[in-house]
Amino acid sequence: MKPFIKLSTITLGAIIAFGAGTIAGSPDARAEWKPKKPVEFIVMAGKGGGADKAVRFMQSIIAKNKLSSKPFTPINKPGGSGAEALIYVKSARDPNHTIMFTLNSFYTTPLRQPKIKVDISKFTPIGRMAEDTFLLWVHKDSGITNVKQFVKAAKAKGSAWIMAGTGKNSEDNLLTDFLNKAYGLKMKYVPYKGGGRVAKELAGKNADSTVNNPSEQLGFYQAGKTVPIAAFTPARLPLFANAPTFKELGKDFVYFMQRTVVGAPGMSKEAATYYRQLFAKIYASDGWQGYMTKKSLQGGFITGDILMRYWLKEKAIHKVMLQKMGALK
Amino acid sequence: MRMAELVMGVVMGIFSLYLMWKSAELPIGWIPGEGPGGGAWPFWLALGMLLCCITIVIRWAKRLTPQSRSKEVYMDARAFRLFLLNAGALAAMIGLFHIVGAYGAIPLFLIFYLRYMGRHSWRLTGTFAAVTPVLMFLFFEIALQKTLPKGFTDPWFEPIFAFFY
Amino acid sequence: MDTLSLLLNGFAIAFEPLNLALIIVGCTIGLFIGAMPGLGSVNGVAILLPMTFLVPPTSAIIFLGAIYYGAMYGGAISSIMLGIPGASTAVATTFDGRPMALKGQADKALIAAATASFVGGSIGVVLFTLFAPPLADLALAFGAPEIFALMLMAFATFIGLGSDDIPKTIFSIFIGLVFGAVGLDIISGEPRLIFGDIPGFYHGINFLVLAIGIYGIAEMLWVIETSKGDALMSKAEISVRRILDTLGELVRTWKTMLMGSLLGYFVGILPAAGATPGSLMAYGFAKTMAKDPETYGKGNINGVVAPECANNAASTGAMLPMLTLGIPGSPTTAILLGGMVIWGLEPGPLVFTDYPDFVWGFIASLYAANLFALLINIAFIPAFIWMLKMPFTILAPIIFVLCIVGGFVPTMDMHDVWLMLVFGIVGYFMRKLDYPMAPAVLAIVLGPLAEPALRQSLLISGGSFSIFFTRPAAGLIMAAALGLFLLPVWMIVRRKMDQRRKAS
Repeated sequence: MKPFIKLSTITLGAIIAFGAGTIAGSPDARAEWKPKKPVEFIVMAGKGGGADKAVRFMQSIIAKNKLSSKPFTPINKPGGSGAEALIYVKSARDPNHTIMFTLNSFYTTPLRQPKIKVDISKFTPIGRMAEDTFLLWVHKDSGITNVKQFVKAAKAKGSAWIMAGTGKNSEDNLLTDFLNKAYGLKMKYVPYKGGGRVAKELAGKNADSTVNNPSEQLGFYQAGKTVPIAAFTPARLPLFANAPTFKELGKDFVYFMQRTVVGAPGMSKEAATYYRQLFAKIYASDGWQGYMTKKSLQGGFITGDILMRYWLKEKAIHKVMLQKMGALK
Repeated sequence: MRMAELVMGVVMGIFSLYLMWKSAELPIGWIPGEGPGGGAWPFWLALGMLLCCITIVIRWAKRLTPQSRSKEVYMDARAFRLFLLNAGALAAMIGLFHIVGAYGAIPLFLIFYLRYMGRHSWRLTGTFAAVTPVLMFLFFEIALQKTLPKGFTDPWFEPIFAFFY
Repeated sequence: MDTLSLLLNGFAIAFEPLNLALIIVGCTIGLFIGAMPGLGSVNGVAILLPMTFLVPPTSAIIFLGAIYYGAMYGGAISSIMLGIPGASTAVATTFDGRPMALKGQADKALIAAATASFVGGSIGVVLFTLFAPPLADLALAFGAPEIFALMLMAFATFIGLGSDDIPKTIFSIFIGLVFGAVGLDIISGEPRLIFGDIPGFYHGINFLVLAIGIYGIAEMLWVIETSKGDALMSKAEISVRRILDTLGELVRTWKTMLMGSLLGYFVGILPAAGATPGSLMAYGFAKTMAKDPETYGKGNINGVVAPECANNAASTGAMLPMLTLGIPGSPTTAILLGGMVIWGLEPGPLVFTDYPDFVWGFIASLYAANLFALLINIAFIPAFIWMLKMPFTILAPIIFVLCIVGGFVPTMDMHDVWLMLVFGIVGYFMRKLDYPMAPAVLAIVLGPLAEPALRQSLLISGGSFSIFFTRPAAGLIMAAALGLFLLPVWMIVRRKMDQRRKAS
């Protein structure tokens, strides 16, 4: 129970901090800006993926609770690891009606593709809705139950040990590189399109291990096909209490995937306030809280300058990580 | 027609070369232990396109295909006029999407096509030009929630959205 | 008999007044969305998804399932009537459906398509009901090597598609495959073939952009030129007598129907494959096995029946990995999956035990949706025929407008519309020189499925091609694919030998 309490205190703290921030920071918050037409909700990933599901879920919360008079219409722009979405939002025709749902590719794509000339500090921070977590998964039939056995089995197989993940130089690839370095392994990384497909490859024994998000493996885990053996989180996840953290195992490595709403650069102050309040309401709704518990999502709602500082910090961390793995020149 | 066959073969051959050059930005060879590089698939296929184009030109020289023997005109004056009118009207409509938006461009295109190309009565032309955009708006923007480009007419739609939502 | 009682219980749910009404409304909406060039079941389901939270989850998925079915039926309509496939699943239907419409048999082709869809869908649902869990395990074991072998099998059907001009046919296949490679190379994570650094190329060249460019613009320009401005659309008729005649003729295609449905279903259940390869393979098989392969592509009713059976069976099949594995077999099921999450359901291996009412109500509603889609479709056929009788100078601009808007809506990007126009104009010039276009359109669908599968397999095997033959399932499919490649060649050789024997 201990980790769970910790999580909820963090969450609660963040909400209070946010609430205080808005009251103290902007006395004119009731400037009553409202969208005048349907809002374009850009998704940095394809239809049916984790980010897309989350956006459509938020869209349903907005509609169900009548939080906005104008509809929010999701538009998928998965091209170029999100490069297409970033370029589109950067030069949005109407920044007051353009928001975007982002992942960690928000930092990595501009770093890896300097050609697109995207400066994330120009974007308007709206709200971080959650941080998704990562675990190390193996197939149940492999008989592996802890990291020690995993390392032994992977060492024995050498480069024939297949680690499936979503795309080259993606979050999954970063974690694979970490594991290879930390334990002296030579696992081969095979990229697939989408986390669902990766999860299926492990369940179908076409891969030996994965570093999926909980939501992607949950179905197979419950069916007894796959098991998590360790978590890349600061504390054990309540849903997978048997999986120790890497910190406990002596490797200080924590990694999250942000799930954040970003506004177009040049969005007016009034509009930004409106969206911040809207997404704070969504975050606090029963629907979203239930979704977070079910998908084992963590992290409190942060916004404004705090969110911007978080981005810049994460960007710097990712820059170092990408340089280490040789993805940046 | 004979000339056109050659020109198309040569132009597509040059296009294949461009594709090969562009594909070569990524490794096109075999990476040991990994398989083909990122540019290999399009590169070798583009090479295949080039070989096809060369074959097409050789067959042209040997007069093996019906097109390379044909003495017909590739495009007579009438065909050329029809092509220019249709393709031009389409290009103009798409261009106008950026300026006056879908709901300006579509009626203009319909008026041009129905009145000038089809010589239909003003009554029929007017009905189509007026009804089509309204139906499209209701279908796409209201029922399907897909916003079409509106160009500078964008602010004019704010009261309409205010009415519907 | 457990299954039967669960299914009966499902029927009780499907026939609740609200659900039944949703099935009928959904089929009708789906039919119209599917019939629009550019809009397919993906758009229909994605767009109506947020509206479904108004009703309970079971009703919601029943509604979306009905839209899916309606749209799959509707896809054949624009393929036959306008020659423009509304979605990639309906490309194969144009091969014979369009010539039939031009021969004045539009009604016949439409009825054939509707009936075939019904048969395919029904066989699919029955298989689904009976064998869901074992098939789910089969789908799970399918990895990259198997998918690549399957794609090779789909490629084999190209052999039957080309014109007599072999270099032009191969050129068309290759250009489609290269265009399919535009965008992001997922294996190396690098952007690829971004022409002129235009951001619109990052999402790749969408199948629809090429298909609408070729069929909607190039073909229309060509028709306008060759028809000398006269009405060129068919003089279609419809009467009860003609319907009965057609039905009589359809009974004789039962073999094609059965083959198409089974093939479509099995391809459909494989994650990542979907209905398009299924419908192509069914067409290819039907043509290869036929006694009169030369009549295909000229308006053979079997050429409409095979792909339509297959794509509807496949769309039912695609529900299987979605429900039982949580893996979408097609883009449409990916959205349905998203819907299930919104309604608070967790698809996956336990879905049958955790939510029996939901699953069986949904399956039963598929039976009902299939029947209603058939009836609604037939009821609207006279209206579609009437539309064809409009003067060409009215029909043409409307088709153009629908094409332009249809090209824009899926990605909401004007870049795609301009690209479509370029494809249309270049395609028109190529069309005049008898370059076959269908292979390019199919290649752009299959290429992005085949290439990653090939490279993932080679990564797994460390660069050795033996992986395609040492795995039993992959080896089997590979052998079948090679057989399909060689069969037509062998038939030609045999025919030539026969001729020589006769001559001597």
